[in-house]
Amino acid sequence: MSSTAGAAPPRHRATPPSSTPAPRRSSYRLGRWDLKYSPYLYIAPFFALFGVFGLFPVLYTVYVSLFDYELLSGTKEFTGLENYRVLMEDAQFWNAAYNTLGIFVLSTVPQLIVALILANLLNRQMRGRTLLRMGIVVPNITSVAAVGIIFALIFADRYGLINWLLGTVGFDPIAWRDNRYASWFAVAFMVDWRWTGYNALIYLGAMQAIPKDLYESASLDGASAWRQFWTITVPLIRPTILFTVIISTIGGFQIFTEPLMYGFGLVRGGADHQFQTLAMYIYEKTFTGNAEYGYGSAMSWLLFMMIIIFALINFALVRRSVKGDRK
Amino acid sequence: MSVIRRRLRTAAVAAIAACVALGSASCSKSDDEGTGEGGQVKLVLQTFQNFGYDQAIKDFEAANPNIKVEHQKMGELRDFQPKLVQWLAAGSGAGDVVGLEEGVLLGYVQNHDKFANLLDLGAGELKANFPEWKWNNALTPDGKKLIGLGTDVGGLAMCYRKDLFQQAGLPTDRDEVSKRITTWQDYIALGKEFKASGKVKAAWLDSATSLMQPYVMQNSETFFFDKDNKFIGDTNPVIKQTWDLGLQMAADGLTAKAQRWSADWDAAFKNSAFATLPCPAWMTEGVIAQRSGPANAGKWDIATIPGGGGNWGGSYLAIPAQTKHPKEAYLLAKYLTSKEGHLAAFKEAAAMPSDIAGLEDPAFKDKTSDYFSGAPIGQIFGESVKNMKPVFLGAKHQQVWETIFEPQMQAAERGQASSDAAWKKAVDEAKKATS
Repeated sequence: MSSTAGAAPPRHRATPPSSTPAPRRSSYRLGRWDLKYSPYLYIAPFFALFGVFGLFPVLYTVYVSLFDYELLSGTKEFTGLENYRVLMEDAQFWNAAYNTLGIFVLSTVPQLIVALILANLLNRQMRGRTLLRMGIVVPNITSVAAVGIIFALIFADRYGLINWLLGTVGFDPIAWRDNRYASWFAVAFMVDWRWTGYNALIYLGAMQAIPKDLYESASLDGASAWRQFWTITVPLIRPTILFTVIISTIGGFQIFTEPLMYGFGLVRGGADHQFQTLAMYIYEKTFTGNAEYGYGSAMSWLLFMMIIIFALINFALVRRSVKGDRK
Repeated sequence: MSVIRRRLRTAAVAAIAACVALGSASCSKSDDEGTGEGGQVKLVLQTFQNFGYDQAIKDFEAANPNIKVEHQKMGELRDFQPKLVQWLAAGSGAGDVVGLEEGVLLGYVQNHDKFANLLDLGAGELKANFPEWKWNNALTPDGKKLIGLGTDVGGLAMCYRKDLFQQAGLPTDRDEVSKRITTWQDYIALGKEFKASGKVKAAWLDSATSLMQPYVMQNSETFFFDKDNKFIGDTNPVIKQTWDLGLQMAADGLTAKAQRWSADWDAAFKNSAFATLPCPAWMTEGVIAQRSGPANAGKWDIATIPGGGGNWGGSYLAIPAQTKHPKEAYLLAKYLTSKEGHLAAFKEAAAMPSDIAGLEDPAFKDKTSDYFSGAPIGQIFGESVKNMKPVFLGAKHQQVWETIFEPQMQAAERGQASSDAAWKKAVDEAKKATS
């Protein structure tokens, strides 16, 4: 090494030789800053954008929600918590909350269970595995508006495919929009059609990280496939299940396009608001009629709170019912 | 539901919120500087759906070489309207000339401070060009401020299926049909005859709700609101009368019970599920011909509307007060609502002129429609507008009808609620929405 001495000074030396003055010292300092601060710089654009387009609007919504703020007439009066008080007594809001919750339960529970089973099936050796795995996410990459239009036709009251099928086997047609639960079912069906494959793929990814020898030894001990699924697979992908539950809760509570397209583009969501969701009601108040931005902001905040609460509840419920591998 | 889509949407909403909050000009699409090379002024025109202005704008630019027009087509009205509200409130972003649908315009007449007074720009001289009601709709109650110039009107006629009439043994010639349905009672009686023939599966009318617009407009001077914009939907006797008349037709099996603007309604056209439909001019090519499809070409015809004339829909051009070029914007609006502009739009988008000279012009008057068995649409719709009496709609008419009364009436028609229960719900909800 001594032969190369002088050509390249050793790194990490506490004090540089006096013969190498300022430039070298500053490059050293730059290097240290680089190590220390660059990571922050690299993620800064996200936070800057988030601050402008995420955090600021969120906080501004809080501010607006304290006003009687109507864009059409230009009214802007500070009313404190009045919007929230009115909201508590607004039957249409709570009806929308009920619908949203109903559609959420009706869609998410079967969706995640079916996704889990699908993922388990796809996690085996079989012919055309890749094709099948890719195939289940195809519904997810179709346009939500297209999905909404097609399903609105399938579930049409008079000339719809399903009512036609029911008719051919002698059943009465179902009032797909007038009946509250039928409409929830149809909307939930749309959601599931798009999202089951997506969740199945996420589960599949988690399942592939489970060491194969666990299954081998379980098989040797005589555990059935069902037993292996519940005692090995499910507990080991628990963090992933929790993740999908949270994401589905957030998504499910904001459901908007599917019920909107289902109601032929009307935010009313049926004659009696049978399938008007919270997001639709927020849109109705905020962007149509008088453009009541203050009231809409208050509703948005309440929805935000509801999502947090339900996400936490679901998190706790799932964590409890699915036992993880605590050793 | 998709995470990415939602994020995009959130980002878009956030961006809009930020623009509104900051009142920032940088968010706006319109060219606020406006004056480009050689002192040329650039105007932004924002319209929805299809105003049919492509050729008219070219002609205008040729006649005014110092003005360049950027035409922004903003999609459906329901997409454009929320944006326009935001741009007007933010003080920037709105075009120099914007298209306003009749219902939207009435809301802005009440809150008119965001728009320029066209009377100050010299519009007073144009008054004689328009039917009085079309002009007055855009005028504030004190008559001192005009915020819009009329583009198209709807007119009103009765579209009917010749082939189904023939099967049922009814007259098929349009003049004869017009004579048989001079009043609504005649129309209903003919419908009963149609049904009693037993030779057709189709219903007489698409939906009980189709009766509301033409019938109330002909028989009342007001609709859901009195002239002080107070809700009178519950006390205006004509509305309840029409409601009952329509639902009685449904009970007699004369309606197809199809929800308007739904997929079922679209399919009902293709399946020839009903024989008549009250139709404004914009509905003929744009709605009926499109939905019935080429297979039913030549099977439709057009007779006059029972009960005399009527109008359904129509739009205006207005100039937001935030424009930097009110004079040039006025020139553009004036040209597009002149006879030349109207006729160009009629040629391009079948938008019926509201300009009186345009209505008399052969280019409109002698126009026939091949799809509708060569019916003289210019003449029929032109007459319907001449005969109509003006009706005061009120700022929230569209909202009260489309989002409250129509859905409730449809629910009653389908038997999901009793007529009385649906009526009560509609009235209660409308009172709440308008208080």
